[in-house]
Amino acid sequence: MTTLTDPPKEQFRLSMLLYDTRYRSATIQVIALIGFMLLAAWIISNTIQNLEGLGKPIEFGFFAESASYDINQRLLEYNSQDSHLRAAFIGLLNTLVVAVLGCITATIVGVFVGVLRLSNNWLIARIMTVYVEIFRNVPVLLWIVLAMAILIEGLPAPNAFRGDNPTATMDLFNTVAVTNRGVYIPEFLFSRSLGDIHLFGTSSIRFDISLDLIAFLIVLGGSIFTMRKVSAWAAAKQESTGDRPKIWHIQLGILFVPMIILLAALGFHLGYPELKGFNFRGGTHMRNSLIALWMALSLYTAAFIAEIVRAGILAISKGQTEAAAALGMRQGRIMRLVILPQALRVIIPPMISNYLNLTKNSSLAIAVGYMDITGTLGGITMNQTGRELECVLLLMLVYLAISLSISAVMNWYNNRVKLVER
Amino acid sequence: MKKSVILGVATVAGLAAAAATAGTVDDVKARGKLNCGVSSGLAGFSLPDANGEWQGFDVAVCRAVAAAVLGDSSAVEFVPTTGKTRFTALASGEIDMLARNTTWTFSRDVDLKFEFAGVNYYDGQGFMVPKALGVSSAKELDGATVCIQTGTTTELNLADFFRANNISYEPVPIETNAEAQQQYLAGACDVYTTDASGLAATRATFENPGDHVLLPEIISKEPLGPLVRHGDHEWGDVVRWTLNALVSAEELGVTSANIDELSAGTDNPEVNRLLGTEGTLGEMLGLNADWAASAIKAGGNYGEVFAKNIGEETPIGLARGLNAQWTDGGLLYSPPFR
Repeated sequence: MTTLTDPPKEQFRLSMLLYDTRYRSATIQVIALIGFMLLAAWIISNTIQNLEGLGKPIEFGFFAESASYDINQRLLEYNSQDSHLRAAFIGLLNTLVVAVLGCITATIVGVFVGVLRLSNNWLIARIMTVYVEIFRNVPVLLWIVLAMAILIEGLPAPNAFRGDNPTATMDLFNTVAVTNRGVYIPEFLFSRSLGDIHLFGTSSIRFDISLDLIAFLIVLGGSIFTMRKVSAWAAAKQESTGDRPKIWHIQLGILFVPMIILLAALGFHLGYPELKGFNFRGGTHMRNSLIALWMALSLYTAAFIAEIVRAGILAISKGQTEAAAALGMRQGRIMRLVILPQALRVIIPPMISNYLNLTKNSSLAIAVGYMDITGTLGGITMNQTGRELECVLLLMLVYLAISLSISAVMNWYNNRVKLVER
Repeated sequence: MKKSVILGVATVAGLAAAAATAGTVDDVKARGKLNCGVSSGLAGFSLPDANGEWQGFDVAVCRAVAAAVLGDSSAVEFVPTTGKTRFTALASGEIDMLARNTTWTFSRDVDLKFEFAGVNYYDGQGFMVPKALGVSSAKELDGATVCIQTGTTTELNLADFFRANNISYEPVPIETNAEAQQQYLAGACDVYTTDASGLAATRATFENPGDHVLLPEIISKEPLGPLVRHGDHEWGDVVRWTLNALVSAEELGVTSANIDELSAGTDNPEVNRLLGTEGTLGEMLGLNADWAASAIKAGGNYGEVFAKNIGEETPIGLARGLNAQWTDGGLLYSPPFR
């Protein structure tokens, strides 16, 4: 006879939250979370209360008021009667311009320098080391200020181009004027333009899209599509006959002929800068604040990218190089076809954070008077309206959005190039 | 990122909390030092001399207030501010008062929640151009590149002026006077615009001041004066009446030379009330009876401060003009000490 007793029934008691190891960590986490939220709530309510005490409750109505200041570099049409929101939008575009230009330049320079640092040529490798060490170890703000000072002090003022015996002359067959107010380059003009599409009516984010540009992009896309077809045809022919037909002249024709026809149809011509009155007029004016910021940011970030590229290349085993060499490949092709594609997997993730850094560092623009979003929304608007908290919060939101977008794009690219694992 | 949002809010909250505490007079007395915001460097108005001592017209206001409150004109911590940082510094309580050629405008007074304690210099916005440019009027500046200090009223006046005259310009925003000077001298901008007094001060530091001219147009009213945070009226009164004391002293003929003699007592009751030998004006302000006398001793009366820092004998060479006493046809007019 055996008596079976039921196993003791599991009963939940409050003390188990603390003494039972199964629950303890959850308890601690919940308490920490509540504490954190209380702290945040206290800070936020304190801020709101104090601001109300100061007579400055949080509100965003001032964005609709007229900004009444001018912005020199504006990609879209803007005047001092437009709203603060419009001014912020113009600033945002300026931030994006310098970020995009900077990221592209930094990538090109960085990859070159990173590869050259591993060169067997002693002199080139050393020069690249010096470049990397100098740029990496000096704060980027100093580089920006230095670049601006060089541009201002080193280049001739527009006045020097005047008179019968000017001390300065325009470069490249009189088409480019390099002055200490910036570089004036020829601009693209169309005498039979298709006009613009106006988007968003009269709101603060209104902008025009040039139909010429759209037509150009469509033709370019069509050309590239046809080129891929031709190259697929050539590959198929090579597969079946072993002979690869010569297609480079066909490719060039497909790329350029439609484009040239389109440009001729639109009446394409260049507008050259000309010295008129105080300044050069006509042409595209790249202000020295943009150039200084762009150059300093790209050279600074390129130094970091160079190190990442170098690390990526060194991460590929030497056997790969030797195997490729044994197949009879030349050095350049080994790098391009064997090493770099594999190194990309190591290179891309840290590259993302460098792009983010460059974009965030562009907020130093005010040091050279470049009107980015920090200069407009976080600078003049904040100063004229006295709405510090609103402006700064919005500014943080904008940078957050830009950074997350860059991350998303780069992560997508990273997923494409990474080793496919099964 | 979430963390940094919260940290940012926390910082602002902390600043706002500091700003909300009342009683700047007591704070200054307890600290034994006045935190005074000045310009980061404008000859004649606020600039450290060869010994690192801050000197200038705006600096003198800070020293007078420190002397009135603490009895010591050297008990001042000067905080250099730019056009952009000055208001945040004042609103956050980093500085007790701001004496940095700041224009008294409606929106700064009402919307930005500051209190202007008066006007210590009546100014207007002008233009400086190199003589070689051959420009004689601001209306000829169509298409010119204009250097301008960002975050100032001049930025707004400039936009208005060019719009009203329907001419174009290219603004070059600049953070400090020193950078503006560098760009202007290098020819990166054709014109430099700011308050006419600032232009005169800047020109005085040039190697060849004669090569540059100020254009005749004065395109705005720029009453410059010291300001404090809105809401602390006791402190506002101290700064306002210290400034008035300097102006009254000139009107009443009290100078740093004769103040000791006059402090012994005179036949003029207003002088006596000003210098604290009669009445209880100092007590009403929560200061010592000789508060105004200390303020005047710090650098002299308004006229002496003007003459020493920016007057016609100095390299800046500004005439009194609008800044003469009302008895001499100027705008300086202190309410009575009664």
